[in-house]
Amino acid sequence: MAASETIDDADHRQARERAAEYLLKRHRFRAAEALPWLAAIAAFFMVPDRMTFGSQVLIMVMFALSLDLILGYAGIVTLGHAAFFGVGAYTVGLAAARLQWSEPISGLVAAAIAAGIVGFITGWFLLRYRGLTLLMLTLATAIMLQEAGNLRSDISGGYDGLPGLTFKPLLGVFDYDLYGHTYYLYVLAVLAVVFYFVRRIVYSPFGQALTGIRENVRRMHAIGSPVHRRLVTVYTIAAAIAGVAGALFTQTNAYVTLTVFDFDNSAKVMVMLILGGTGRLYGAFVGATVYMVLEDYFSKLSPTFWQFGIGLLLVLAVLFARRGVLGLFESVGDYVAKRKTP
Amino acid sequence: MPQVANIAVSILFDGLAYAMFLFITSVGLSVTMGLMGFVNLAHGAFAMAGGYIVVTLTRTLGIDFIPSLIIAAVVVGAVSVIFERGLYRRLYKATDLEQVLLTIGLAFMAIATFTFFYGPIPKSVPLPGWLEGDVNLGFRNFPSYRAFLIVLGAALITMLWYAFERTNIGAKIRAAVDNRRMAESVGINVDRLFTLTFALGSGLAALGGGLAIQLLGLSPSFAVLYLVLFLIVVAVGGLGSLKGTLLAALVLGVFDTAGKYLLADAGGFFIYAVTVAVLLVKPAGFYGRE
Repeated sequence: MAASETIDDADHRQARERAAEYLLKRHRFRAAEALPWLAAIAAFFMVPDRMTFGSQVLIMVMFALSLDLILGYAGIVTLGHAAFFGVGAYTVGLAAARLQWSEPISGLVAAAIAAGIVGFITGWFLLRYRGLTLLMLTLATAIMLQEAGNLRSDISGGYDGLPGLTFKPLLGVFDYDLYGHTYYLYVLAVLAVVFYFVRRIVYSPFGQALTGIRENVRRMHAIGSPVHRRLVTVYTIAAAIAGVAGALFTQTNAYVTLTVFDFDNSAKVMVMLILGGTGRLYGAFVGATVYMVLEDYFSKLSPTFWQFGIGLLLVLAVLFARRGVLGLFESVGDYVAKRKTP
Repeated sequence: MPQVANIAVSILFDGLAYAMFLFITSVGLSVTMGLMGFVNLAHGAFAMAGGYIVVTLTRTLGIDFIPSLIIAAVVVGAVSVIFERGLYRRLYKATDLEQVLLTIGLAFMAIATFTFFYGPIPKSVPLPGWLEGDVNLGFRNFPSYRAFLIVLGAALITMLWYAFERTNIGAKIRAAVDNRRMAESVGINVDRLFTLTFALGSGLAALGGGLAIQLLGLSPSFAVLYLVLFLIVVAVGGLGSLKGTLLAALVLGVFDTAGKYLLADAGGFFIYAVTVAVLLVKPAGFYGRE
C-alpha cells in the first residue's frame, strides 16, 4: 500500500508540474511578440512626418484591444463600445475646457475612472441580457450619452464640440511639437502599459474563466463560476481602457465632438478587431493598422469606394476568414506544418 | 379648440402616422428574426433600395407614386430572395456576431452603391395632387399624406393580421416561430416558409422606404440611420410577434413625436429611454418569448 501511494504522489507531482509548465509557457513572452513594438518604433524613424496619423493608429489599436477583452475573450457582442471611448474623450475635454485641468497623465487616470464607472453601472444592468436585447441596449446606451451631451450643449459644446483645447507639456517637460513626435511616443508608452496589463489579465485564471464563459456559459454556471460578476469586472476594465483611448484621442487632436459616440465609431472598432482576428490580443494591432492605412489611402481616393470596400471586406471575412488576418496566417502555418510532417 | 388639446391631437396624429411607417418597415424584420433568429442589419438597406426605386420610377420614368410603390415592393422582395438563398442561408447556424458583420457589410456596400448612382443629397418625389395639402376632418385640418399613411397602415395591419391568424401559411409561420424543430418534424418546410416571409418582409420594407421619402427624406445613409429604429421596434415588440411589433411601433412612434414636439432639444433621447426602460423590465420585449 505504502509503495503504491508514493508512486501516486510522484505521478500527481509530475502532472502538476506539467500543468504549471504549460501555463507558464503560455504566459511567457515569445520572440515574435516583439514584432509589433519594433514595427511601431521603426515607423517612428522611417515615416517621421506621418506621426500624427501614427498616433491615431495606436489609439485605435488600444480601443480595439479593449473590445477584444470583452468580445474576443468574454464573448460579449456590443454595438455601443464607443460610449466609453466618448466618456474618456469628454472627461479630458471638459476638464481642460471647463476646469482648466490640462495635465495630460492625470487626465488619462480621470478618464479611465470615469469610463470605468460608466462601464460598471451599465454593465451591471445590461450584462444579464444576451443576443438582440443586449445589442440594442448597448447601442441605446451610446446614443443616449450622445443625446445627453447634445441636450446640455452649454456644457458639452453640442455637435460643434470643444475645439482648440490646450494641454500642459508631458511630465512638465516635453511639449507638443508640430509633427506629433512627442505624442506618438507618449501614446506608444501608454499602449505598452495597457497591453502588459491586458496580457496579464488574459493569461490569468480570471482570463481563463472569461474564455470559459464565452465557450459555454451554462457549464460555467454549473461549476459555480460567478458569471455575472466576472462579466461586469471585465466590462468595467474594458470600458476604462476604451476611456484612456478616448482621452488620448482628445489630447492628440486637441478637440472633441459628439461624433465620438456615433454608431459608426462602435462599428468601426468592431470591424478593425474582426479584420485582425478576435481573442488573440495582436488581432487589434493588425486589424487597426490595416484598417487605418487602407482608410487613409482609399478614402482620399474616394470615400464611396472605401465604404464599398470595407463592406466587401466584411462579407468576405465572414464567409472565408472567420478568424481574421491572423487566423488566416495561422491556417497557412498549420497547412505548411502538416505538409512537413509526413 | 384650446391650444393644449390642439397640440395633443397633432402629436397623436403625427405619432400615429410615424408609427404606421415604423410598423410597415419593421414587421418583416420581426418575423424573419423570430423565425430564424437571424440578425439582419441589412434590412434598412432594403428599405432604402425601395425608396430609390420609387424615386427613379416617378422622376425618370414618370410613373405615378402609388404604382411605383407597388413595383418597388415587388422588385425588392424578389431581389431579396437572391440574397437570402445565396448569402444569408449559409449563416443561419452561425453566431450573432457573424450575422451582424455580414449584414452590416452588405448595408455598407448598399450605401456606397446608392451614393455612387444617386449622390449623397436627399431626394424628393412628385406626389399626386390628392396627397398634397390638407384634408379637413370636420374639426380641423390634417396633412393629407399622413392621413394616407394611417389609412394604408391600418389596411396593411388588417391584411397581415388576417394572413397571420386566419390562413394556413400564417399558422405555419406561427408554429415555426414558437418551436422550429417541432414544426419541422410535423412536416412544415421552414426553409421555404422563411424564404417566403423574408421576401414579404423585404417587400414591405421597400414600401416603407418609398413612403419615408416624403415623411423623413431619403439619402443613402437612411440604411443605417433608421435601421436602429427598426431594430428597436423589433426588440421592444418581441421577436416574431405581429401584435408586439404594432404595439412597439405605436408606443415609440407617439413617444418620439411627443418628445420632438415638446422638447425639441432632447431630440431622440425619449425613444431610447423608453427602449431601455422596456427592455430592462421585459428583456424579450412586449410579446416576446423569454
